[in-house]
Amino acid sequence: MINRECGVLKTSYEADMALYPIPLARSTVLGIAIIVFLPFPVLANDYLLSVANLVNIAILGALGLNILTGYTGQVSLGHGAFMSVGAYTAAILATRYHLPFWLALAAGGVMAAAVGSFFGIPSLRIKGLYLAIATLAGQFIIEWSLNHITWISGGIQSSIYVPRPALGGYVINTQRGMYYLILIVVSLGIVAAMNLFRTRVGRAFVAIRDHDVAAEIIGINIFRYKLLSFAISSFYAGVTGVLYTYYLGIANYEQFTIVTSVNFLAMIIIGGLGSILGSIFGAAFITLLPILLRYVVEGIGGLFFTISDVAGVLTNLQLILFGGLIIFFLIVEPDGLKKLWRNITDYFRVWPFPY
Amino acid sequence: MGAFHLTIEGLHVSFGGVKALTGVSVSAKAGEILAIIGPNGAGKTTLINTISGVYRPEKGRVRLDGQDITHLPPHRIAGLGVARTFQNIALFKGMTVLDNLLLGRHVHMRAGVFASSLYWGLAQKEEVQHRKFVEEIIHFLEIEPIRRKIVGRLPFGLQKRVELGRALALQPKILLLDEPMAGMNLEEKEDMARFILDVNEEWGTAILLVEHDMEVVMDLSHRVAVLDLGRKIAEGTPNEVRDDPVVIQAYLGSRPRAARGFGGDA
Ligand SMILES: Nc1ncnc2c1ncn2[C@@H]1O[C@H](COP(=O)(O)OP(=O)(O)OP(=O)(O)O)[C@@H](O)[C@H]1O
Ligand SMILES: [Mg+2]
Repeated sequence: MINRECGVLKTSYEADMALYPIPLARSTVLGIAIIVFLPFPVLANDYLLSVANLVNIAILGALGLNILTGYTGQVSLGHGAFMSVGAYTAAILATRYHLPFWLALAAGGVMAAAVGSFFGIPSLRIKGLYLAIATLAGQFIIEWSLNHITWISGGIQSSIYVPRPALGGYVINTQRGMYYLILIVVSLGIVAAMNLFRTRVGRAFVAIRDHDVAAEIIGINIFRYKLLSFAISSFYAGVTGVLYTYYLGIANYEQFTIVTSVNFLAMIIIGGLGSILGSIFGAAFITLLPILLRYVVEGIGGLFFTISDVAGVLTNLQLILFGGLIIFFLIVEPDGLKKLWRNITDYFRVWPFPY
Repeated sequence: MGAFHLTIEGLHVSFGGVKALTGVSVSAKAGEILAIIGPNGAGKTTLINTISGVYRPEKGRVRLDGQDITHLPPHRIAGLGVARTFQNIALFKGMTVLDNLLLGRHVHMRAGVFASSLYWGLAQKEEVQHRKFVEEIIHFLEIEPIRRKIVGRLPFGLQKRVELGRALALQPKILLLDEPMAGMNLEEKEDMARFILDVNEEWGTAILLVEHDMEVVMDLSHRVAVLDLGRKIAEGTPNEVRDDPVVIQAYLGSRPRAARGFGGDA
């Protein structure tokens, strides 16, 4: 966020340890919060709102993966599958057991957390590429199970239709209603993550990432905390899956394939590993890029390709761009978009007295 | 000085064919500074690693206040009050000094995921309370100006000091220091020596000190144990050990760096 440290004096540890110790940063955050809560949803049309909903859902998922991969240093290629666990749990509970939305939401998160920590067990022994492969196996096992165990998927096209979410008898059936619902859940997710990483548990995660031997030597139970990180990350994934499901009105495993897992990895790499702001930037970027790209290609693509070719060009162009961007950020700016942003704000941080 | 606090009995550690420790027994009394010296490759670091649970011995026992800790995992051993520093510094380099020290408080903190993510009740109270404790250590080590600095960007001498701070944050009963003054200039060494003495005197913390600088060892330690090629070859007061012909022989027979440490006495 925008920080200006000049002329700020702190008089207690409580004040020094606040989330935004600097007044201007606090008001910036407040300003953004007011905009996303008030004028935007009132003024935006349904299309803009539906795009904003997709972005917000993606933010929650990216945040979850960043907790595990960015902050704790455990690579996962199973994030999409953990989302599907949340999605199907909620869908089954809502349709067959008629659980209300918010209970289905919580249950989806908890179930995903349980499954996620189970597939996190190999992280005790293996790291890096090997862990990536192990979680990839998890991705395929879960995908296969959803597809082949008819009790879960209901058998027909492996998808379950869910009713519109309702809160206390009030049915939410507009994009605007969904916007508020999703925004509240995502805001809670962001605040919780911010708090987590300024306290004991979050610090332990980062310690494990930075130096696992040192972490153990100062008394951190590495195995427990790695599993905890898998659990929290998968909880976020599960809730993300539930939100997707209610947004689309259907739980479908095709929404949560390996491609989804890779997309979320792309979000946090491009946005910034180990950063909450980075998760937000990355999620927005990766969600909006294909949409903007479509406008561009449909707008000027006709000049170069036939109409029937445009669709094919679009998907390939998108893949090329994603791949190129990931390579760019991994090599040139490993701290991602949030670092570029920080470079700009750092300039203003101590402005007008840079020395 | 009372009963033995840390007792090591007949420790055998080897790596493939290399016997790093062969039947080493040594004990530290409560509140004493025990120096472990010896030429390069003598097994000093291996000893510290085995006490702190990083290496598993093939034979032998490590006891802390009578409790067998030989096969406990490192985090449990830390929880019992054993803190250490590393020969080549093992700090969390990307974090601030403050976060490194707060991590040293980990075993004394309780807040779980829920309290933490709400930053409510216990979590907040705990953070503030431990922050105060950490500030005392910052004051003690005279590192106030760098508390918000990223550790990896600090000069070597300061990093060593921060690492000592992280170990102290654990409020250890025994502190294992692996060459805390290696690579330091004279002034930094004097500071470090003062901190070690103060910790020992004010907190009564037992200290196991591995150090090559003989002057430091003579000045600081109450007793000295000498390792050579994985065996304990001598033990006694600093003066006894210095005049022991076996020790002089071990140092003369080894590579120059260690021999120089003994200076004029050899
Ligand atoms: N992890 C390891 N793997 C293989 N061999 C090791 C390992 N750790 C130590 N050794 C070997 O054990 C012996 C003792 O090493 P150690 O590091 O304990 O010596 P030291 O007394 O600390 O020496 P220095 O003064 O150089 O620090 C050496 O021969 C070393 O090569
Ligand atoms: Mg050593």
